[in-house]
Amino acid sequence: MANSTTSPDADAPTLPVLKREPLVLRDRSYSWITNRICGIVENKQPILWWILFLPSLVLMGILGYCLAYLIATGVGVWGNNHPVGWGWAITNFVFWIGIGHAGTLISAILFLTRQKWRTSVNRAAEAMTLFAVMCAGIYPALHVGRFWMVWFLAPVPNANGIWQNFKSPLLWDVFAVSTYFTISVLFWFVGLVPDLATLRDRAKPGIRKTLYGIFALGWRGGNRQWRHYEMAYLLLAALSTPLVLSVHSVVSFDFATSIVPGWHTTIFPPYFVAGAVFGGFAMVLTLMIPVRRIYGLHDLITPKHVDNMAKILLLTGSIVGYAYIMEFFIAWYGGNKFEIAAFQNRMFGHYAWAYWMMFSCNVIAPQVFWFHWCRHNIYVVWIVCMFVNMGMWFERFVIIVTSIAQDFLPGAWDYYSPSITEIWTFIGTFGLFMALFLLFLRFLPVIAIAEVKGVLPQSDPHYLGDDKFTHDAWGNELDEDGSKKEKPATSPEPAAAPS
Amino acid sequence: MSTVLKRVHGYLAEFGSVNELYHAAEEARDEGFKKWDVFSPFPIHGMDGAMGLKKSILSWFVFFGGATGTLAAFILQYGTQVVLYPTFVQDKPANIATLPAFFPVMFELTVLFAGFTCVFGMFILNRLPRLNHPIFAAKSFHRFSDDAFFMVIEARDPRFSKEKTREFLEKIGGYNIELIEDEI
Repeated sequence: MANSTTSPDADAPTLPVLKREPLVLRDRSYSWITNRICGIVENKQPILWWILFLPSLVLMGILGYCLAYLIATGVGVWGNNHPVGWGWAITNFVFWIGIGHAGTLISAILFLTRQKWRTSVNRAAEAMTLFAVMCAGIYPALHVGRFWMVWFLAPVPNANGIWQNFKSPLLWDVFAVSTYFTISVLFWFVGLVPDLATLRDRAKPGIRKTLYGIFALGWRGGNRQWRHYEMAYLLLAALSTPLVLSVHSVVSFDFATSIVPGWHTTIFPPYFVAGAVFGGFAMVLTLMIPVRRIYGLHDLITPKHVDNMAKILLLTGSIVGYAYIMEFFIAWYGGNKFEIAAFQNRMFGHYAWAYWMMFSCNVIAPQVFWFHWCRHNIYVVWIVCMFVNMGMWFERFVIIVTSIAQDFLPGAWDYYSPSITEIWTFIGTFGLFMALFLLFLRFLPVIAIAEVKGVLPQSDPHYLGDDKFTHDAWGNELDEDGSKKEKPATSPEPAAAPS
Repeated sequence: MSTVLKRVHGYLAEFGSVNELYHAAEEARDEGFKKWDVFSPFPIHGMDGAMGLKKSILSWFVFFGGATGTLAAFILQYGTQVVLYPTFVQDKPANIATLPAFFPVMFELTVLFAGFTCVFGMFILNRLPRLNHPIFAAKSFHRFSDDAFFMVIEARDPRFSKEKTREFLEKIGGYNIELIEDEI
């Protein structure tokens, strides 16, 4: 029937159409996805979960002890000195905030750019964002010195009627980070509602059903609900995208608006944002590769996902490397003696070990991702990600400590080393982070069930089964053999692929 | 024998695939039903058009929410830094020329207010939270969140009739048709 009309270019050689790699392997069905992801929450956790969870709890306890000790004694229990007043505290703050950024990037920016592969990793990455921001928030709150005065950060006048200085980047930071956390929680929760409904509908009557039921808000999945839901999701993505860029820009303003050599540079906002995305993706992979293995999610988090994220690591790692080199160039080109000295100190001074650690972990290590084999070898990816995690911490350390340890007056110079409390506080935040993430795995769906189902081929209303579609992704009607139907005035391009 | 009063909520019909549900929705739209909906485990692309629904008005809420945030941040900063207690720091003036220093907080509060309006506006438009609903009385409805596709035509629709609606749902390809009765 369709073949009876010969198209004008019927004799032309047909170009082979490469198919997109499927986002879910082995043609998994909707119910397989539901069972596999809900099964993680409904079944007993593997022994490894406990092996990780119990030490995390211990580290959390140590964190609590360190913080209580600090509050009771004073901020002097950390290694901060003159001139290094910021030390590890602010290094860790920037490190954790940066890790959070990958979650928002995956959930918001990749949503706006219609990267459908994000659906397999966005839930876990967003959870990671929240937990990382919680860890980050600890540091500035305690670094203020008198923790019970931390409410001074809120826009409330003090006893003399004096308000906060809204011209200060430190106050901008308070607004940026708290807004970021709030919006991330909202975004995460909105995404969770349909999946909580799935858990509710599967649960037997009891406490579990009641709790999931309450948090699912009575979700019914009607299209009249999805219509507003999808709009809300789109708008939240559109709001989060500039937000995530602003947060790390504002964090970088803490440094860039000062006059300290090594900090006072205009490259900081984009450089910090790229670094945050870089470090965040490394952490996403660090967490998701074991999760994929432990819970058998290989069909949902496919080599394609790992490959994409490794490419993002390569890109952002190279941007970061460019920024490192450009900083040096500008220091020399700007001709400011203090600036030049600061950068010479960075590369060859007392902290040269930290600088080269940072440079090799962040710039050189991810270059292996130029090779297909490295992006597809899960062990290589994981090891490189560990290097990046480490390198990104050293980046913040280098920026903060080297710049202020040796600033203008040689008489004021000092070498900074952390105290034992400071080290344990930092290790303790990893305990907090891991414990929260493991609890998340235990109680909430680690992959966005509804979103993954939505990107399957059979979720296209034009899908007829057996890889056949009535329309392609651009709304063109297709013939039975999957080629574009000839219209009177068509473009000369070859048959479009069914996506 | 107990006397339980029941109210008919409507008919529920199951459909085999997204494609079938989509075409069934087009039929129901053309038939002129008003109080009906389709239920799926995930949002279906293009279903709004197939159901004859307009774009969500949520974006208007969010626009005004965001604008309120911008204004609130401006008033907060201008009021406190210029009017209530003029603060001269960092060699910056304490008048309207300070405005650029206020932009970051104005931006953040815009996003914050817009985000809250977005989420709570969506809840209001969707009448959430509503933990109980007659539709949950349907025996197979719990499968909507797994892999089933349903259409429900409600009894309050002016075109609803106990026989004809059932026939219509059968005609457009629905199966497992169930009359939803809610205990009152």
